Amino acid sequence: MTNVYGFPILSLIVYLPLAGSIVLIFMSKNDHKKIMYAAFGFSIATMLISFLLLPGFDSSSAEMQFGEKASWIPTLGVEYLAGIDGISLLLILMTTILTAIAVVSSFTAIHERVKEYYIAILFLETGMIGVFISLDFFLFYIFWEIMLVPMYFLIGIWGGGRRLYSAIKFFLYTLFGSLFMLLGILAVYFLNANPEYGTGQYTFSLLELQKLNLPLSFQIWLFLAFFLGFAVKVPMFPFHTWLPDAHTDAPTAGSVLLAGIMLKMGTYGFVRFCLPLFPAGSHYFMPMMMGLAMVGIVYGALVALAQKDIKRLVAYSSVSHLGFVMLGMFALNSQGITGSILQMINHGISTGALFLIVGMVYERRHTRLIQDFGGLSYRMPIFAAVFAITLFSSIGLPGLNGFVGEFLILVGAFQSNKIYAGIAMLGIILGAAYMLWLFQRMMFGPLDKPENQNIADMNRREIAYMAPLIVFMFWIGLYPKPFIRILEPAVANIVQRVNPGMNQAKPEMAKKSVPLEKKVVPAAAVSIEPELPSGVGD
Amino acid sequence: MGTLTPDIQLTAILPELILASLALLLFIMEPFVPRDKKRRLGYFSLAALAASGLSLIPLWGENISAFNGMIALDRYAIFFKVVSLTISTLVILISFLYIEIERINLGEYYGLILFATVGMMLMPSATDLLSFYLSLELMSMSFYVLIAFMRKDPKSMEAGIKYFLAGVFTSGLILYGIAFLYGFTGTTNLKAIQAYLSAQDLGGSPTLTMALILLIAGFGFKIAAVPFHMWAPDVYEGAPTSITAFLSAGSKAATFAAMLRVFITGLGFSYGSWWQLLWIVAVLTMTLGNVVALVQTNIKRLLAYSSIAHAGYILMGLIANSQTGRAGVLIYLVGYAVMTLGAFTMIILLCRKNMRGDQINDFKGLAQTHPAVAAAFVLFALSLIGIPPTAGFVGKLFLFNAAIQGGFYWLAVIGVLNSAISLYYYFKVVMVMYMQEPESAMPLSFSTPLTVALWAMSFATLFLGLYPEPLIRAAYQSIQTFL
Repeated sequence: MTNVYGFPILSLIVYLPLAGSIVLIFMSKNDHKKIMYAAFGFSIATMLISFLLLPGFDSSSAEMQFGEKASWIPTLGVEYLAGIDGISLLLILMTTILTAIAVVSSFTAIHERVKEYYIAILFLETGMIGVFISLDFFLFYIFWEIMLVPMYFLIGIWGGGRRLYSAIKFFLYTLFGSLFMLLGILAVYFLNANPEYGTGQYTFSLLELQKLNLPLSFQIWLFLAFFLGFAVKVPMFPFHTWLPDAHTDAPTAGSVLLAGIMLKMGTYGFVRFCLPLFPAGSHYFMPMMMGLAMVGIVYGALVALAQKDIKRLVAYSSVSHLGFVMLGMFALNSQGITGSILQMINHGISTGALFLIVGMVYERRHTRLIQDFGGLSYRMPIFAAVFAITLFSSIGLPGLNGFVGEFLILVGAFQSNKIYAGIAMLGIILGAAYMLWLFQRMMFGPLDKPENQNIADMNRREIAYMAPLIVFMFWIGLYPKPFIRILEPAVANIVQRVNPGMNQAKPEMAKKSVPLEKKVVPAAAVSIEPELPSGVGD
Repeated sequence: MGTLTPDIQLTAILPELILASLALLLFIMEPFVPRDKKRRLGYFSLAALAASGLSLIPLWGENISAFNGMIALDRYAIFFKVVSLTISTLVILISFLYIEIERINLGEYYGLILFATVGMMLMPSATDLLSFYLSLELMSMSFYVLIAFMRKDPKSMEAGIKYFLAGVFTSGLILYGIAFLYGFTGTTNLKAIQAYLSAQDLGGSPTLTMALILLIAGFGFKIAAVPFHMWAPDVYEGAPTSITAFLSAGSKAATFAAMLRVFITGLGFSYGSWWQLLWIVAVLTMTLGNVVALVQTNIKRLLAYSSIAHAGYILMGLIANSQTGRAGVLIYLVGYAVMTLGAFTMIILLCRKNMRGDQINDFKGLAQTHPAVAAAFVLFALSLIGIPPTAGFVGKLFLFNAAIQGGFYWLAVIGVLNSAISLYYYFKVVMVMYMQEPESAMPLSFSTPLTVALWAMSFATLFLGLYPEPLIRAAYQSIQTFL
């Protein structure tokens, strides 16, 4: 744990938005302009400071960087322990950028209770960044839970539709999962304190707990406890029902942050905690996780096809895309995990952009039903272009960001399980179908609705906040190397932990090593058998 | 027992002596204070509580056993004395304007609170079943009157009668249990009981089991554990709100303090015969409390069921029978006292002339008219649910910690599920405050003492969540007594 800057830059990034929301509390609630600019100022400042992480980051090291450590609750072994590796770095940058965009995009969308709105957004930003920097479970859990509160208010106060229902449903589902994770955290804490398994120390530090080598029977239960916490958040297939409601009813900025960042906390949780803490458990559940991911991909895409509401369609597309992220991660090899993390970023950019686009249309027409549109491209050429690029990035067209992520994920997944990966491919095709069909119905065809005749194209503010997202879509799509390079050591570190035979071996070897490990278990004589088919496969 | 030289050490009960004599003085002064100046008696009782608290300072760290083993003054007792004094201070602070609005601003109100406090301070000190019983009665007697204090309100009368009947019945059960134990062991001293029980192997003795059941039932009534909880919702609803708060925070803390002492110092050896009983009671208590709270529309009843549920969580610490569990009980009770008093303060704020303010709908749009008050309520609600960084989270962390450490996984899972359920009804109130439009522009019943108390409670809820280290240390030092 090193810190090249010598001052707690991570804490600065985390608490600057909180400071911003405290400043807002003391501002007059009628001075909307001042409040907006203050919120904008704080979110931009946070973003700029987070850019400072890049030059100081050593992308050749898998170590946690910019580390901060302070004693907090010594009787429990709780420390204030912060630090980031490549994975958290990218997610933090995405968070600060998306939050700034979310703030700008709200300027004209929010007219009521403006002050509270920006307080909630800035407070949320603190919680979200906090999750990505925490290396102590206690600290992590505080941020993890506290960010639910501003999101609850964002949906409940500024949302539409059945906002009250959606808000509490979102809160209940996530809290339910998190509490099981809390039990899991406590169990790991005690197991580590037991000299039979761990170091005999009471600590919540992830860096220490990672060294635990628990027997499989424990890992299975603990994995399940953490699984409930993270799978609800991702959301994975059977736990996804809160998502369409929450997304649809949240205000635009809420949806952007929810889809762009908060869903990533679940996948981040898996990659940061589940894989390194319970490597054997992860192997044990690999078929289940890949299976659920696959179901999520296809199911999400099929349901998206049937949606009449644009926002709901995008929400279900998230279920499908997050399925890809999980599929890649539980391929448990470096291509899969790299792709999965890259896809988290990609999804944040593309889906964030899609929600912004929906927000623009909604602000102009106050409807989100696909049937109310048609032929918009005649009146909104810039909008049509931006929409098209975003759409193709979401589908995964080569040259745009989505392709790189999905490609890596599928390469990884094919090495682990050909059938699941094959079925997941179907998801890409379905994805292209629902997205292109949506575009066709909204943008092409006759401009027959009189309300749409005078619809305005994107204004300069809208172009300004969409531009960075478009840049990233092309950048990651055409030249993903810098992003992958940042991820590489961190991913290698995780793969080393979860799949030790993998790092040195070539991909072809890894293909064998996974099934072998599981099939050796029965009887010695039988274990020769699986070598035959895999030998043929080579 | 034989003849004994009286072992009188007044230092052991000095804080209670100070408080009791000042309370008597208050009753003497009462007739000489005109009706519109009764606030002065409130300030006098605050001074009395402070004086009693100051006398505790030199006693910290002492370990006195006085009155032939009837009363102990150790860190455990002092911890709870401080808790009781704090609770009473907060209750008096939030009462000033409220009792004027409800027209019960009589001096006796303050005097009875002081006497209840004396009882609450003696309970954790009791190391003999009889001294425990006497201090319990002192507390309960004061509450019988306080609950029925709104003489002209039939609901308050009904609540008073209900609490009285339930309380008398409880006393009977406890006395009966004490009698069984005495008949069995020949002593009422907790340490002597423990010594007797550990000398003989009497695990499955029916007499002992009977005594345990009676004692658990008795304690169960006082902490409102299921199935002995029936009185709670009606009493909570009918009593003056400040007294409901006092009952919910103070009486519960003191009873748990005594319960811990009795079950660990006295009956710790027969842990094997009581933990299953308590396990069932705990599970029933938290589940029923939370589930029934879901459908309440009166916020006092809602908080009554929530208070039932919290008793269930706290029992987890006793069942775990470990250092962590006992410390957890202490930590949780402190957090619970602060957050539940905070929640009741909200109802007191809403109580205005011609308006009771105890329906959930009375909270409509509060966030727009009084953002700071609404934010404080959100903080208390988060703490009651157990979401960090609040005092309630730290308490729950300890209780779940104890359950996991002791291998009570199912208990922990049930506790967790219940916490998730509780989110729904606490946030029902938050939802009404933030997401509905205000109906009346009537100003809230603010008074300076109440504002001070509200700030103090909000601060404590947050501070204990962010930096619980001092509290945890104090709790661990206090339970050293049991080693």
